[in-house]
Amino acid sequence: MNVELRDPNIIMKLSRLGSFHQSRLSFLRSFLCEFKDWQYNRDLFDLDQEGYGTVVYSFKKKNRVYSLICYANKINDDERSDRVIATKWDAAFTLHDGVPLKEDIERLRNEVPKQEVGRVSYKELTLSRANKSVRVFDHVVESLSNGKQPNLNLLEKVGYLYRTTAVYGSGKFGLADRFRIKNRKEINGPFRLEMMLVYLVRQFTFDQVNHIAKNKNPDSAVKLDLKICRNLGIGNSTGLGMAPFIINHPTLLNNWILSREVALKKIREIKIVKTQDRDLFKDCVKNSLKNITSWNTESEYQLKKIKLLLNDIKKFINFLENEFTFEKDYPFNEIYLWLEKKTCEECIEYIVSIMMEPFGEIIQPLVRQMSSEEEKYFNIPTEREVGDLKKILENKYSNILKIDFKTEESTQKFWFISKNKEEPRLANRFEENGADLEQPLAIARDIKRLYERLLTLKSNLRINQFLIDNNDLRHVVRRAFIIEKFPYSEIQDNTIGENLVPIDMLRLKLSFFGALKFDPRSDKWLRICMFQGAPLPNELKDYDEQWVYKT
Amino acid sequence: MKSLSEIETTAKRASRAAGYSWGIAEEVGKSIRLSELFGFPGIKHLNQYYQNKKKKNFETIKLINKINKLNSSTFCPIILGVNFIDQVKKIETLKKCSVENLSYPLLLLPFLSRGSEIIGKKLLVSFDDSKFLLNFNLSILSNFWNKEIPILANQVEISFLNNEDNFTDHDWKNLYKLAENTFVEETDSLKEGAAGSGLTDND
Repeated sequence: MNVELRDPNIIMKLSRLGSFHQSRLSFLRSFLCEFKDWQYNRDLFDLDQEGYGTVVYSFKKKNRVYSLICYANKINDDERSDRVIATKWDAAFTLHDGVPLKEDIERLRNEVPKQEVGRVSYKELTLSRANKSVRVFDHVVESLSNGKQPNLNLLEKVGYLYRTTAVYGSGKFGLADRFRIKNRKEINGPFRLEMMLVYLVRQFTFDQVNHIAKNKNPDSAVKLDLKICRNLGIGNSTGLGMAPFIINHPTLLNNWILSREVALKKIREIKIVKTQDRDLFKDCVKNSLKNITSWNTESEYQLKKIKLLLNDIKKFINFLENEFTFEKDYPFNEIYLWLEKKTCEECIEYIVSIMMEPFGEIIQPLVRQMSSEEEKYFNIPTEREVGDLKKILENKYSNILKIDFKTEESTQKFWFISKNKEEPRLANRFEENGADLEQPLAIARDIKRLYERLLTLKSNLRINQFLIDNNDLRHVVRRAFIIEKFPYSEIQDNTIGENLVPIDMLRLKLSFFGALKFDPRSDKWLRICMFQGAPLPNELKDYDEQWVYKT
Repeated sequence: MKSLSEIETTAKRASRAAGYSWGIAEEVGKSIRLSELFGFPGIKHLNQYYQNKKKKNFETIKLINKINKLNSSTFCPIILGVNFIDQVKKIETLKKCSVENLSYPLLLLPFLSRGSEIIGKKLLVSFDDSKFLLNFNLSILSNFWNKEIPILANQVEISFLNNEDNFTDHDWKNLYKLAENTFVEETDSLKEGAAGSGLTDND
């Protein structure tokens, strides 16, 4: 049986992309898989009694070493902010390429805590900072120093000791450009080094909390139970900064989504599913209920989605137990078709993610195809004709071409870069100044403009001639020729309309990171948790791949 | 040291701020990145050009011909560069073209380098006395290394080089002969057993 890949016109709608969940394709899971046989070490632990100072961790294999350097600093409570406008953090981190020399550690001590206004070098690969969840951190220190384990209810509500507020890579603030390292096999997957940083930061939070508790009460302090550690992750606050990324990297976006779609297609095409695989799938679905019921948020938008999801998952479990049998041919195809008919988008994508769990042999080769050599597709094929371009637009942007961009509702918002923090922002063009400095992120509107202009031209006009007088639309001409080859490279929605929910864009990216428990704090930023339930660094050699569903 | 990613982003944004469309700004970002990667002072010249552009009007070229000249004023290197990569397959048929009075010619160089990659041919470029050999966007050879590149070229010449060997037959034969010393002379027995098919295949 041949199952068609799902239609980009459905999958690339923002409401669908904003319903994606982590899976075996997610970057934090593929990072763990790649680095499981690397040697983990804590190379330096130089904290004072209050937990301030420097710590270095490393992953090593043969001659390759990656070292996380952590700088823990004292800050006042009124200086602690998750917003990008903050200038001080409880801890700042950089991932160094190799073993850092003393001079490196000293050089970076002056720069890393400054984050965006500091300068790092090509020897550094990623940069980040994090703040304590003070309520949880203080409680854990207090409990451990008194010889007790912390209150699990409180820990479950938050899920982490520290929250990162940004993780930078790929040349930002002087970090190494990707071209310097892209041929290394172990990082042949998106955001591997960012994931490594976050993972090692998680270990730092445990080591620091144990250290402070021990120093507070050397005689009676106990260490944080390893099982509790495993069930804590790292929080992350994420704002609009992430949203433009998925528009600005169309071939990369395609490769992420295409991998997911190919995985689903292959799973639906399996004629007979082995007993152990069907059991694993069922177990993961049932175990995952705990992830949903422990998903805390005050966002009404998300609460509604969680409620719908929970109802639909229960409905699905009932279907699996009472109406469905894996004895039929192509059982996952039947499951998928049932989901499409009977459940919400959030549930469809949730189960699609879980379907991948038993099939590592399908997933692993796809993980290696999730990066992109974007430069290869930058040049516009200017020998092609206007007729070709028109056809591409009609075939690949059919829903976009139906949008009426003459209304205020469809053009209400504009994306801009704030002068203060050089970060992307979104505003109402009819109420705020700055729309003349709009970023090129209104792809749907500009594609429609391009189409309308092409309608008046002869089909055999070459693109190089068209561009002479139409370079204002050059950015979307380039994209149209990219989508011709990469069907999932474009969001099939209006990114400046009144009804835009920007966190849908963030969720898409975060789901590929492997985030759990999205907690929108507004329509423009959210909190998440990463690595919750993941094995600890010294447990990587032999860990359970399905740890996500066993927290 | 600034990363290439920072260089590309800043050049792109500055180009948009200087009045170019986003699509052209993207081209400039890529080209300045290349220029710096090859060791040419792209950022310096772009900055000077945009400062100058506020005061002076530069002419844009639409269709690139064999000879491109203006009576007064000078050409904008950005629009010339973008049109060069767009029209390079057509310009290639001219074998050679020239531009008179080009401001900030260094800014044209990375566009020409990208053109060399698109058509798969080396380009020989001269800005008055400065010569550059562009090799498929993989490298640029120059007789102008470490010298101040002028901000105006009176005469720019671009030649499309045929894909030819840059060594003689004699050199090749001699080297090939030496390489043959790694081969084994085939005996009848080797002919029979060391390859897949038989000595005759008339069946």
